[in-house]
Amino acid sequence: MSEADSSPDMTVVMDHDAIDAALRRLAQEIVASHKTLSDVALLGILSRGRPLADRLAACIEAMTGTRLPVGSLATTLYRDDLRSGRVPATIGNETHFDFDVDGMTVILVDDVIAAGRTVRAALDEVMDYGRPQRIQLACLIDRGHRELPIQPDYLGWPLATAANDHVAVRIQEIDGEDAVLLEPGARSAADEESE
Amino acid sequence: MATLSESEQRVWTRKDLIGLDELSRDELEMILDTAPQFLAVSERESGIKKVPVLQGRLVVNWFYEPSTRTRTSFELAAKRLSADTLTMNASASSTKKGETLHDTLYNIEAMHTDIVVIRHSAAGASRILAERHLSHIINAGDGAHEHPTQALLDAFTIRQHIRRAREDAQAGLDGLRVAIIGDIAHSRVARSNVWGLTKLGASVVLCGPRTLLPDAFTKLGVDVTTDLREAIDGADVIYLLRLQLERQHKCLFPSIREYIRLFRIDNESLKAAKPDALVMHPGPINRDIELASEVADGPRNVILEQVTNGVAVRMAVMHLLVNKPRVAA
Repeated sequence: MSEADSSPDMTVVMDHDAIDAALRRLAQEIVASHKTLSDVALLGILSRGRPLADRLAACIEAMTGTRLPVGSLATTLYRDDLRSGRVPATIGNETHFDFDVDGMTVILVDDVIAAGRTVRAALDEVMDYGRPQRIQLACLIDRGHRELPIQPDYLGWPLATAANDHVAVRIQEIDGEDAVLLEPGARSAADEESE
Repeated sequence: MATLSESEQRVWTRKDLIGLDELSRDELEMILDTAPQFLAVSERESGIKKVPVLQGRLVVNWFYEPSTRTRTSFELAAKRLSADTLTMNASASSTKKGETLHDTLYNIEAMHTDIVVIRHSAAGASRILAERHLSHIINAGDGAHEHPTQALLDAFTIRQHIRRAREDAQAGLDGLRVAIIGDIAHSRVARSNVWGLTKLGASVVLCGPRTLLPDAFTKLGVDVTTDLREAIDGADVIYLLRLQLERQHKCLFPSIREYIRLFRIDNESLKAAKPDALVMHPGPINRDIELASEVADGPRNVILEQVTNGVAVRMAVMHLLVNKPRVAA
């Protein structure tokens, strides 16, 4: 559990095995809730949602023999904080999928859901590509603090956090290791004085 | 760890795009790196070819010189960003009635514009406006000075092909040789490209008739030659400028026939270039004058890709200018 533990304040919430187990359970739930998988597709929200979507697809293929189409959703151009002007340095962070969403069940996959604003942007982006029959949401972590009425249909792990805590999801394909880390936020001066 | 996502991000700070002369390599790359996501918007086949990036914003295209492709490209870029657009042609505007450039812009701005795209025959017109007015000004060509978005879309097109050919998604223009051929003296496209390409690491050779090839260009760190063969020997990109036939009456070169003999790119003259060299042109082409049809329609030309990329690059520029971070006072 301590492989990613670089800061004394940081807690490892999930390690590689826990993430793996959660993804397998998510895959089972997805399979169980669809009569047929022939019209189901996964869209990973960039950047860490994409490798998670790929792993879910691999789990589902191992379980059922069906390979779901997987794509990537950038959501950047649909964000409601676009006017902050921050330009993602990551080159190639582009929406890409080569299936038609019309009539499909599209499952959005992301690592963490918090405010729900990224998912709102993802919904708008998907709708600009066509009219899916249904859109669902799968998340590895729900850290709470929702600002929009959006909830995951498939959830790996609910995580109680304070608003200024930092949740870092590290994924092998991007960060070189699998881990979910919780770093407590800075405490206010009032907290310090009360001790 | 909380600051990691911020350190990964580069921040655009400029209000206006006046020329590539004043941009850093990092700023040029920021624009080129922002463009691909907008290219993907235009390529949506069955979907809506629009994103809500400039929803509710007003973009005014203000053209003092005739232009079809640049104006259309800017207009389409604004529309694909969901902005409202207005086009003002100088012939129909009150400039003819004696109003100054500043007063006209104050009047346009009174309608709450966000971006003003301006083309003007006077070098420096866009800079003068940018210094005094609050709108984001984009230079769409100022006299023989600069045409920054043209050079940006050219660099983007070159980079796209290099990345594809080398199968390297990070490849840049470093070490490439670009030959720019034609009426260098009157070309704002050549000037912007010299600044843009050299900052991005390419080397540039300019070639044309002696009368259209000022020696002053050598001060910009480029090679200059009147020998076409020498210019395209070993070039990765052959960039042809439009021969401005309307200037022919100034007798700057002996005859079109001689220009064709010495400077036209055809399959024969192309033999001196690298076998996979790209042929580019900012348009509109004078078919069979600076460029033989066999090359204009041949496998090496990327002229229409330049047009496609132009919309995406202009979308990227508009997005960066308007959605830059608000600086706290």
